[in-house]
Amino acid sequence: MHQSVSIFIWALPVSDRYASILPVRGASMSPTFNPRSDSFGGSLSDDYVLVEKFCLEKYKFSPGHVVVFRSPQNHKEKHVKRIIGLPGDWIGTRSSYDIVKVPDGHCWVEGDNPSSSMDSRSFGPIPLGLIQGRVTHIVWPPERLGAVKGSIREDRLSSS
Amino acid sequence: MRQWIFVAKEALNQISTVARFLCLLHVTDKYLCSPTLAYGPSMLPTLNLTGDVILSEQVSYRLGRVGPGDIVLVRSPTDPLKIVTKRILGLEGDRVTFYDPLSGDICRTVVTGCLNGGLGHKTVPKGHVWIQGDNIYASNDSRYFGPVPHGLIQGKAFFRRPKLLRVDLKIRNILNSRCGHLTALDDWDLELDDNPN
Repeated sequence: MHQSVSIFIWALPVSDRYASILPVRGASMSPTFNPRSDSFGGSLSDDYVLVEKFCLEKYKFSPGHVVVFRSPQNHKEKHVKRIIGLPGDWIGTRSSYDIVKVPDGHCWVEGDNPSSSMDSRSFGPIPLGLIQGRVTHIVWPPERLGAVKGSIREDRLSSS
Repeated sequence: MRQWIFVAKEALNQISTVARFLCLLHVTDKYLCSPTLAYGPSMLPTLNLTGDVILSEQVSYRLGRVGPGDIVLVRSPTDPLKIVTKRILGLEGDRVTFYDPLSGDICRTVVTGCLNGGLGHKTVPKGHVWIQGDNIYASNDSRYFGPVPHGLIQGKAFFRRPKLLRVDLKIRNILNSRCGHLTALDDWDLELDDNPN
């Protein structure tokens, strides 16, 4: 009992301030994460990713970073998406032919798999304050161990 | 040699005690309650212009138990490094009507339930809250940036230290010397410092 409380007290600050490991569920970030899962939600295996929290000191991000954020519609859920645009960028939404300007303190996030992703195309730009960390590495399964690439697909490049 | 080992062990022990203390401090600060210095004009007359130390607890917003009337600390949607103190006026599904206090003569915000609302009102979307300062004339709040996601709430204020302390006076002096003519009003914002000291 004493042991577990002590581990808890050590682990919580580390995961809040420095880094933590999270599972990624669903196919919205395929093929970056969970490449083998199908779009019906049934995943064969969850990827575990390393999330670093140092970026939260200054909230400095650049397009292409993969971030974990609280869903703007439900604060208990966390989503993993890729940042496409930062404040001041103009984003073309794919469904309609509108161009949206990202407001101050917000960012535009999208999943890598456009067919099954709940992202800024449905709920608009999200405040940067919702971001909980940046995904840097895949740690599990071991054959896919490695850094996450910070590149945006060609057709989603934004102009600032 | 044995003496050195002893010294090293002792040092390690001390370091671990300090580290454990800091960890405990972090856990209480982040998950139970924490002191914050709130200053600025936007929460007048509830909170002082020149700075009030308030205690906020972090339990109820995690459980989703914040409601209209609660004073909450919210990470500003326009600047994530800033934390602002406002009062919750509406929850998801509420219809909010508001008037510009500088031009209109009716200076109040009306919140009605989701059933009886009129035209030209804003409905607070799912998972969002409507926050507003008590001083409607000098507050940058949901009337300007719209409803904010519940996930931006950082705590619920439940206690304000009633008496002045020396630290508080010092901060007041600094603030007065820096913004003697109430430049804080120009800023239209209430800023919070996470470290009251």
